[in-house]
Amino acid sequence: MIQLTDIHKSYTVGNKQVQALKGVTLSVEKGQIFGVIGFSGAGKSTLLRTINLLEKPSGGSVVVNGQDMLSLKEKELRQARKKIGIIFQHFNLLSSYNVFDNVAEILRMNRVPKDVIKKKVEDLLRLVGLEDKATSYPSQLSGGQKQRVGIARALATDPEILLSDEATSALDPQTTDSILELLLDINRKFNLTIVLITHEMQVIKKICDRVAILENGVVIEQGTVLDIFSNPQQPTTRNFIKTIFDDDVPYEILSRIKQTGPANHILRVAFRGDAALDPVLGTLSARFPVSTNLLYGSITSIKGTALGILLVHISGEEKDVTDGIQFLRESVYSVDIVTREEGTR
Amino acid sequence: MDRLIEMIPVFGQSLEETVIMVSISLFFATVIGIPLGILLVITQDNHLFPNKWIYHSLNTIINIVRSLPFIILMVAIIPFTELIVGTSIGIEGAIVPLIVFTAPYISRLMETALHDVDRGVIEAYQAMGASRTQIIFRIMLREARPGIVLCLTIATIGLIGSTAMAGAVGAGGLGDLALRYGYQQWDIEVMVITVVILVVLVQLIQSLGNWAARKLKKSA
Repeated sequence: MIQLTDIHKSYTVGNKQVQALKGVTLSVEKGQIFGVIGFSGAGKSTLLRTINLLEKPSGGSVVVNGQDMLSLKEKELRQARKKIGIIFQHFNLLSSYNVFDNVAEILRMNRVPKDVIKKKVEDLLRLVGLEDKATSYPSQLSGGQKQRVGIARALATDPEILLSDEATSALDPQTTDSILELLLDINRKFNLTIVLITHEMQVIKKICDRVAILENGVVIEQGTVLDIFSNPQQPTTRNFIKTIFDDDVPYEILSRIKQTGPANHILRVAFRGDAALDPVLGTLSARFPVSTNLLYGSITSIKGTALGILLVHISGEEKDVTDGIQFLRESVYSVDIVTREEGTR
Repeated sequence: MDRLIEMIPVFGQSLEETVIMVSISLFFATVIGIPLGILLVITQDNHLFPNKWIYHSLNTIINIVRSLPFIILMVAIIPFTELIVGTSIGIEGAIVPLIVFTAPYISRLMETALHDVDRGVIEAYQAMGASRTQIIFRIMLREARPGIVLCLTIATIGLIGSTAMAGAVGAGGLGDLALRYGYQQWDIEVMVITVVILVVLVQLIQSLGNWAARKLKKSA
């Protein structure tokens, strides 16, 4: 659906060259919700805007729906853009139009007949739950309601792709949840492909299928949300995941544990799906002469699949501990030995 | 007092002349100034039709005209005025320099009003595939309406001030009245009444402008 290949973007600020994107390659399948997460200044917004060419990349190729976007003439580009809706952090609604007209204006520009517009806008407002606000002005709405208008407006041209530029970043957590719920709903209803950028891991966890982590203009890691959450590779990715699972072992505990015997380890154990329900730790202590102690545990659901994270302290004789870890590795999704990679965490 | 009552038609006529001069020049200055104001915005870097050459030329010309006091401009462009209306005195002779003076003023004010239109809103419609003309006429001008009304209010009030100086070329009007009676004959009563009429006129226009802008803003 969307194929970005080796995207570069540089700006000239004064007489300094700033590289915002340094060769980003991404592909998004139809019907997928694809999230890009990164700190501010990572280049997320620039990346998102290359999809509809609000930012023209200085190198690379942008193919959307089989169309090479960079080869399009102005008129063709405008046509292509009608199939790509976009919502913004600051909503960008027209302050002098009421809710109905905010959604209707783009249809009027496209010379859609009046009665068709009326029906379409009413349907869209019902979809986003604002049917009773048609005659209100944006200044009379809450942030969440404004974003709903934004979503209705973005859907007016029947797009196949929706771009979300930090759409929930200006909203409180509860409102964020309800907007994400709505995005998920329209993704399912219309099989709409959604690309969103955010700095909140919560957003990724709640609705995304795939995620790419962007840092300094480079994708440092990407994969399904479940994979990334259960087994993050890069320090930055781990930092983002810590906002959901705060599984840091305090330094004092770590150093105290190290001193207590021949084989002592803290394991980060990730369970997925039904395995999260199996009594693996019980089996472990029953089958191997090791002592285990649970330091931390959390379970969450990522798009319907359970993901559990445990921090387990395991100790005993060298061989028993090794065998025990081997057993765990075979029974659960992944096991990391935290004590060994202390330096990187 | 009797003398002042006798003078009512004189005041009436002066007011009428002022209104005529202001209306006609405001009309033409707006017709010229608004498109120039739009041009001044859309030719800037990163806007809809970036064009350094047009922007800088326009900017310079507007700055030059705007740096001249009206009385000097009026004298300086006498040949041009004569070319356009055939005379450089009377109401017609005053209207040409009034337009030349006010149009750049309006375009500057327009520039500010249009700049207040959120860049993000323009971007949103670009992203939705609206054409640049649609964005100018259906988004920018509409969103800027309250600002445009205030800009025209300010321009009108400025024009009333400039018409007073137009008295110097025998164009008549309230300013001319104040000049002839007040300055040349030291007739304080006439001058005070002229001043009162001007103050009331300006107050009325400003209130009307504020009211209309509020009405257009519709923000609760």
